[in-house]
Parts: sequence; structure tokens; C-alpha cells
Amino acid sequence: MKFTLSWLRDHLETTATLDEIATTLTSLGLEVEEVTDPAKDLGAFTVARVSSAEPHPNADKLRVCRVETVQGEVQVVCGAPNARTGMTGVFAPAGSHIPGTGIDLKPTKIRGVASNGMLVSEREMGLSDEHSGIIELSDEFAVGTPFATAVGLDDPVIEIALTPDRADCAGVRGIARDLAAAGLGSLKPLDTTPVEAAIPDAVAIRILDDAKEACPMFAGRLIRGVRNGPSPRWMQDRLRAIGLRPISALVDITNYVTMDLARPLHVFDADAVAGGIHVRLSRPGETLDALNGKSYTLDGEMTAVCDDRGVLGLGGIVGGVGSGCTEATRDVVIECALFDPIRTATTGRKLAIDSDARYRFERGVDPAAVRDYVEVATRWVQSLCGGEAGPVVVAGGEPAWQRSLTLRPTRVRDLGGVDVPAAEQRRILGTLGFGLSEQPDGSLAAAVPSWRGDVAGEADLVEEVLRVHGFDNIPAVSMPRLGALTRPALSPSQRRVAFARRLLADRGLLEAVTWSFLAPEVAARFGHADPELVLVNPISAELTVMRPSVLPNLIQAAGRNADRGFPDVGLYEVGPAYRDGTAEGQDRIAAGVRAGAARPRHWSGEPRPVDAFDAKADALALLAALGAPTGNLQVTRDAPDWYHPGRSGVLRLGPTVLARFGEIHPGVRERLEIKTPLVGFEVMLDQVPMPKRTGGTARPTLALSAFQPIQRDFAFVVDRSVEADRVVRAAKGADKTMIDAVTVFDVYEGTGVPEGSKSVALGVTLQPTERTLTEADIEAVAQKIVAAVSKATGATLRAG
Amino acid sequence: MSSTPTPDAPTPDALKTELITAIGSAGDLAALEEVRVAALGKKGRVTTLMKALGQLDPETRKARGAELNQVKDEVAAALEARRGVLQDQALAARLAAEQIDITLPPRPETTGRLHPISQTIDELTAIFAEMGYVVAEGPDIEGDFYNFTALNMPPEHPARQMHDTFYLPDAPDGSQRVLRTHTSPVQVRTMLSQAPPIRIIAPGRTYRSDYDMTHTPMFHQVEGLVVDETTHMGHLKGCLIELCRAFFDVDDLPVRFRPSFFPFTEPSAEVDIGCKRGGGELKLGNYGDWLEILGCGMVHPKVLEMCGVDPTRYQGFAFGMGIERIAMLKYGIPDLRTFFEADLRWLRHYGFVPLDMPSMAQGLTW
Repeated sequence: MKFTLSWLRDHLETTATLDEIATTLTSLGLEVEEVTDPAKDLGAFTVARVSSAEPHPNADKLRVCRVETVQGEVQVVCGAPNARTGMTGVFAPAGSHIPGTGIDLKPTKIRGVASNGMLVSEREMGLSDEHSGIIELSDEFAVGTPFATAVGLDDPVIEIALTPDRADCAGVRGIARDLAAAGLGSLKPLDTTPVEAAIPDAVAIRILDDAKEACPMFAGRLIRGVRNGPSPRWMQDRLRAIGLRPISALVDITNYVTMDLARPLHVFDADAVAGGIHVRLSRPGETLDALNGKSYTLDGEMTAVCDDRGVLGLGGIVGGVGSGCTEATRDVVIECALFDPIRTATTGRKLAIDSDARYRFERGVDPAAVRDYVEVATRWVQSLCGGEAGPVVVAGGEPAWQRSLTLRPTRVRDLGGVDVPAAEQRRILGTLGFGLSEQPDGSLAAAVPSWRGDVAGEADLVEEVLRVHGFDNIPAVSMPRLGALTRPALSPSQRRVAFARRLLADRGLLEAVTWSFLAPEVAARFGHADPELVLVNPISAELTVMRPSVLPNLIQAAGRNADRGFPDVGLYEVGPAYRDGTAEGQDRIAAGVRAGAARPRHWSGEPRPVDAFDAKADALALLAALGAPTGNLQVTRDAPDWYHPGRSGVLRLGPTVLARFGEIHPGVRERLEIKTPLVGFEVMLDQVPMPKRTGGTARPTLALSAFQPIQRDFAFVVDRSVEADRVVRAAKGADKTMIDAVTVFDVYEGTGVPEGSKSVALGVTLQPTERTLTEADIEAVAQKIVAAVSKATGATLRAG
Repeated sequence: MSSTPTPDAPTPDALKTELITAIGSAGDLAALEEVRVAALGKKGRVTTLMKALGQLDPETRKARGAELNQVKDEVAAALEARRGVLQDQALAARLAAEQIDITLPPRPETTGRLHPISQTIDELTAIFAEMGYVVAEGPDIEGDFYNFTALNMPPEHPARQMHDTFYLPDAPDGSQRVLRTHTSPVQVRTMLSQAPPIRIIAPGRTYRSDYDMTHTPMFHQVEGLVVDETTHMGHLKGCLIELCRAFFDVDDLPVRFRPSFFPFTEPSAEVDIGCKRGGGELKLGNYGDWLEILGCGMVHPKVLEMCGVDPTRYQGFAFGMGIERIAMLKYGIPDLRTFFEADLRWLRHYGFVPLDMPSMAQGLTW
């Protein structure tokens, strides 16, 4: 919403400065976005008259002008073709800053002739690109008149960001009323006294039954014998200043009243209206050629203002070309109506029309002022265009808008945190237009003014008092503490998520945050099947389906980094994956990828590409850190098909899948155009059991043996299909009290091992607890290990 | 064997001098060992002379024995001293030979980083934890009721249009599903599931159908909600002023509350912080200019009512702010869209080392 300072002063009697007004507007909740004061840049420039323009003695294209200025007569050398004796122009004195060129003017000599200042073009004034000659003004301006005044640029423009609740401040008068309440002056009266009908002629107006909600009230008035021409200069200046193009007096009046009183009007050329005017809902397929130059096809839900031939305009949104006013218009019908906010908004959205009328109707215009504003409009038309008015015709009627609210005397203090004296509360509300009466219990009954449809409860009254009193005047108070110590802000499960993030970063991965949605074909490759997860209105084809897994975005991100020349990258993300559209169908996942080299080229050793065990290590480290019983995990081969079927695994506790890891399927890599080796993991954070705290915070007792552990190595030959884990488990199970740890330190196939078999070398740590072991004791355990492994896997001890 | 030294046999003194000279000229430990064996070994010259003592008469033996013992001790001492020197020399030589090029780079370790969004959330959590808030969460896919209706935005409310909502197919019960346009539905879920007093923050993903220089279809917000019997706008101001000053690490940061409008709060305010702009840069502090950073207000009585909280007894405030926005301001990150590109150069530059865990005890920011 834009307006000018002089326009505001039409409604507000004030001595406040522009700065005071701007500051107060913002503190009232009418946030000032910009104040432009063109006169500031143009202050040095004044009207001047060229008393003589003689040819320059040393240059054909230059003239030496004697110029009457506010400083007296000055000599100026000028190159403009239109510089001539007797013309009225704009003088820039030496020392002034030329806004269009950024030059600071100095007294100078041009081809040997002194020049003290210049006569300027529009481009030099920063007003346009016009530079074919200097500005010529009408002779009516006296020498010395400020240039800004001469061109109507002496009126500062204020732009505020209007919140959607403040329909009343979509007009200058509403803004003036708020400023008056804030103590910046007083609201001037508005003349709404009825204009007596001079002629009996009237237009018939009806609201059809289907439109009674869409248009509860429609007032019209015929005015005959108007002369439509340009509107007066001041009105054009104001409209231009706020970005509207003056068209003709009749059109300018409707725009002016829209901005002045937040009251959109329409003026029909009465000769273009066939028969009477009626309002109904539009019919599917009807069309309207609108005043904005576009043609619209209507559906069956829009508010159509019609004559006997068809649709004249869309109520509250835009008028039609056919009944618009032109220079030739002689008789007019003024329309002042109420249109339903929701239907207006819906229609405007459907047709993508953002008009000043729609802006106001969808926020709600003053329902009690229809008749008053017909009178205001009549006065404008008659004063600018003449004509004789007929009687005001009204169809429908004023809807019930009256309501009274109660404000308890302590409520401002209790909700707002500041004591505003009762008298001041009453003054504020009264100035804003509330009708007040004190109740026997001390509370205030406040009748809400018709233009404040947004005020609906006691809290709104508190807000009115507070915003006028000033939010700045509310003392800030620290939150009372709930105890000397605060509680933890995170629940144990939230803490684990935060911990997972830092753990994975600590393992050398970079945390990414990627979209929750992805392309349908990618989602399909990662197991998406649920139509519940497809956006109805995606912003692009790439961002359509809620992601079934966190991996694809990370894989693609690794690919983008490789394309930029960084193929070795480890990324992770802790975020949601979606199973279905319910609140419970969202899982917290920690996923990661590693691409390229696990060990890059380096003088210290051979490079190594990433492999499935890098991903397994990440998954296991995270599970261990989260307190999962990693010793009890099973590894199975049933990872989903975005993993390499032979190089991937699932870490599970019985039926519960805690994590998946492995090489990404070559088909996925190819599809997502990844050329580097690529592994990934997914840890289902919600599935990891919380560590038990049965013993309180105490750790289990630490039992340290006094006896040294003993290391024994075994090399077993097994069928190559036997998984190492089976060998390890069998060995571990051979003597649970004695065997402390089993590691695989070598896996070998080739010379010395029969075809189809492999050698698995185990390091077994024995931990005696009661006495130092004898060779016989150790041999006995070794026998048990060999027997157990052999029984479980068919292994033989490797000879030698 | 003669009982007296043969004329060509050296005197003990001369022998000592000879041996000590030999010791001094032994060039390495092996040569020194040869000298030792030749002097003090089983057949060494000193040993041989000492063995011969038995053949002397007691008087001579005593004097000669003392003499030889002294030779033996002095030679042994010289050997030991020379061994020390040679060992030191050998060690020095070995160390010299073992020299490496210490300018070579060490074995590479990849250093991970936390995303600025996570760090910012952790910072906010640390601040609000100090004020007694706990973290609440809610789903990204929300029901229309939680995202709009319960927040005083009934189906035809114009504010819904301003949200650029992403829609999903209707739920089986016919209700509308959306991607939450703000974190405010967590307010609703919290009030419906727990009785006041309530102090929560709810950080999380939010979605709006908008994609340009300053908007991304997904972004993050943090919501705050306090509901009890006495919390008023003065507390709202106190809480958010302290938040802004702590988060941005500017003690005298001006914080301004401006009346505004949100359907779910009444009164409503927008909060600006002091700044200065110029030269394409933005600096936070007491410089006279203002920058809007968050919206807040007292919870609308209708919202309390729809969430099952008695508005005649309880009141409180709510606020919401964009996490990327405040992270950009605090850490000077120029472009919103880069947050979601997973460019490793960006993540390394703007990310945080994992041990940099913000806390009020240790400080939020280095």
C-alpha cells in the first residue's frame, strides 16, 4: 500500500514530520517498507528563464545563455538544440550534484567562455532517458520555483507492508485514523452528506437469488451529462506517485477512492448498459473482455455483474471493456457494492487477476459505508466532470456486522505485560472508532466499528491497546526458571539422533541435507510403490515423490561432486524416509555413502577403493555408539536390490532390521551416472533398541583377571562357500568361559589350499581367570576349538 | 719362566700407557673389544702378568700386585669411557642415517563436518534448554487440521493461500494431507497430548512450493510454544531478546517488536534485529537499521480452544523462525540454495567439526 504525505494530510490534521510519521506507522504495525522523497534529490534545482541565447564565439553547436535564476543572472554555456531566448527551463547551480550523471558541477570555461551551472535534461535529473534537449517548462512558473514543485515531485511517497487483517488501512483514511490514535494529530471529518437527486432517472438494480451471499448489497446511481477528460493535475500526480497511470477523470476517480477510502468503485458508461443491472453467479463458458486487456472464460461460481445482454464485469475484481468509460461518455452509473471476500479471492485466484479491487474485497470492505461512499463518489464526479445525479438505488442491504466485545480492566496487564491506565485504554479504543461503555463490573463494553472486521475477541482489543501504546513500552521479563537446574531438552532417543550426527562426522563423513522428495523413477528403483507419497502439485518432476530412502539423494550428490572433479567423497544425512502418508509412516534414518578411494594416492602406501567393509564399519560403529548389542547382531544376505546382491548385508536382531550396508548395485550406479566405486549404509535409528538401564546409572562390575591372556592361532581349511562368521562363532562357542575374543587375521585361497576351499586364519585370545594356564590346559581348549569348528563347518586344521 | 721381567717386557707403567693409547685409537666397538681381549682377556697381557705374580716372592708380589691391579683398573676405566664415547658416536651415526623428510605430508585422514543446519539447531537447543524448554517433534506429512484448521486457519482462510502448500493425495478418511508449511503443527500435537505447563521448541523440516534465489521448496524452522497461567508478552520479549543476543553473540544487539498479524496469535509481532547494510555486507549490532528475523505472538484463544486447552485459564506465546536464515546471518552464508547442494567444498567450508558441540557452559560459538 502506497500513499503520499500530502494525501495523508487530507485526512490527518498533524504537525508531525515525515520521520515521525514513518516511525509511528511501523510501531503501529503498518510497517514502512520505503519512504521516497524525490524532492530531496532535486532540492538544488529551480525554475529559470533564458533571457538571451547567443551563438558561442568558438563553437557552432554551443550557445552562451544568460539565465535568470534564483541567484540572479548567470551565464551558462549550453549545447542543447532547444536552448533559446525566452524559454523556461531548469537551472542547476555550480556546486550541485546532478543525480542522473553523478557529476558535481563546478564553475568552468567551455571553449574559453565562462559557464556557471547548467540547464538540465530529464536524463540529467534522473527522471527518464530523455536527453535530446533540456527540460522545457510552462511559462507560468516563476523563476526560483523549486523544480520538484513544478513537476509535482514534491510529495514524499510512503509504502507500507499491510498485514492481511488490516482491510481498513488499504485506504489512506484508515492509516490516518491509526496515526491519530497514536497521538500524531486528529482525523479530519469526511463529507458524506447526501447529494440531492437533481433528476428522477435511475437504473434498475437486482441481485438474483443465487448471488445473495456473493453480493449482499449493491448501490448504484445514474449521473447524466458528465464531461470526461483528464483528471486534475494534483490527482494525476498522486496516482502516478503510487504507481497508477492516470486515464481519465472518471476512471481516476474510481482508482482514487479505492486508495483513499479502501473502497473500490466501478463506473459504467450508462449508454453501454442494456436495460438494468443485475448480479448473479456466472455460467460456465461465459466470457468477459476485461479492462486489463485480457479475456477470461468464467465458470459457474463467479460473481457476475450483468446487463440484459450479458456480463458487464466480475464483481469485486475487474470491469469489462464494453461498459467502460471513454472520452465520449456522457451518462454514467456509479457502482458501490459489497462482494463476498472468499468468493472474490477464489475467483481472483482462478483467473490469476490481482487487482486493487480484489485486494480490498477479499480483505473485507466497510459494510456500513456503502451509501456514504456513493455520496463521496457522486461529489467527485460532479466536481470533476459535472453532471446531474439521479437518486441512489440500492439492492440487497447491509449485512449484520455489529458486535460488542468485553475488555476486562486487568486483561491488558495480564496478557500484555504492561500497565496501561484505564483512561488511556479508553482513549485509544475511542480514537480507533470503538463505541465504549463501562460495565457495572468495571469492564469495558467495546462496540467494534464497521471497518474493523478483524477485531473479534478480547485478545484483539488488547492488541489494539498495546500496538497504539507501543510494543516498545512493554518491559521485557526473563522467563521464570522452573528450578535451579534445567531439565535436559532432549529425550534419550532425540539425544541418540544428535549423537549419530556427530559420530558420523567424526568418522570423516560430511553431513548433507538433501530434499525429502525425488524423481519418481529414482524413487521406484529404491522401493517406492505407495501412491500416497506422490505430491499432487510438485514444483518440478525431479521433486515429486517423498523419498523411500535417504540413499538416492546422497548417491546423486556424490555423483555431482565427482562431476565437479571431487570423486573421493563421503557423505551422510540423518533425516526422514517415508513408508506411507501417515504420521507413523516416517522413519528416522542415518544413511551414508562413500565414493572413490578409501585411501587416496599417497607416498605412504598403495591407494584403495572403497568397499563394502567401509560401509559395514560405519554402520557397526554407529550401532555400537547408539548402544545396540553389536555382539548379538546377525548378518544376513537379504539387503534390498539397490545393493550389490553378493556384496551387501543386513544387520539384524532376529526379525528386526537395524541396518543395511554394501556396495551400491551397478545398475543403480549406471542409472544415476556414477562412475566411481560406491558403497553405502542405512541405519534405522528408530529400530535400534534403547540401552537398558536396569541398574540405574551404574556400569556392570569390572572383573579384571590377574593372569595374562594367551594368544593362539588356528588356520582352518573350509569350503569356500562357508562364511567366516560361522567359523568365528563356532570357535567362540567352544569354551565360553576361557575364550575372550576371536579375530580373523587372514583369509586365503590358492597354492597350498585345495581347489574350492579357503583357509581362514583365526587368532584366539584365551583369558584365564583362576590360574596361569598350563600347556595341557591350552591344548585342551585348542582341541575343543578344532572340534567345534570342524563340526560346525566341516573344517580341517591346515597342515604346517 | 723367569722370576723377573724379561728386559724387553715393558714395565707396568709402560704397558698401561701403551694400552691406553690403543684404547684411545680404537675406532669402533669391535676394535675396542679386541683391545680389551688383548689386555684383560684370559690370555690378555695384563691377565698374563697377573697370573705370573704367584711365582714371585711375597714382598715383590705384594708391590707388583698392587701395581698391576692399578694398571688393570685404569685400563678397565679407559675401556669403559671409550665404549661410552663410541656408543654415543654409533648412536649419532645411526640417528643421522635414520633421518626422514619431515616435510612430507602425514597419512591422510578425512575430516568430517556437521551441516550448518544441524549446528544451528544444536545452538538453539542449548539456549532454549537453559530457559527450560524441551524439544518436541512432529511428522513432515501433516493433516490439514494440524497444519491449518487448529491454527485458526479454516478451509477458506486467505492465509492458507499465502503458504504455497504442497498437497498429497487425501487420507483414506477423506482428510487433506499436506507437507507441513511450518513447524506450528507441532504446537497443536503438543497441546493435544499434554496438559500445561508447556515449554517446547520444535525444530524441523518445512515445505513450500516456491523455488528462487531466496526460497527453496524445503527449508527448516524452529517453533516455540509456552503455555501456562501467567506468561505474558513481557516474557515473550524477554525470551526472544535473550535468544537473539545469545545466538548472534552480540551483547547489545537491539531487538525490536513490531505489531503484525498471524492467524494463530493475538497480539502478533514481528521481531527485527539491529544491523547495518552497505557494500553488499550486513553487520549485526546497534547501527540504526533493522532486519526482520522472526514472527511471534500470544497464542490465539481459538487455537488454545481447538487444541483442548481452556483459554479462560491458560495463555502463552508462540514463535517461529527460519533456521537457514539465522544461520546465513550468523555465519555469513550468502546463498540459501547452497545449503541443499551437498557440495563437499561448501560442506568443508561452512560445516562444523564434530567436537564443536555448542553448550551454554562451554559457549555456543568459537
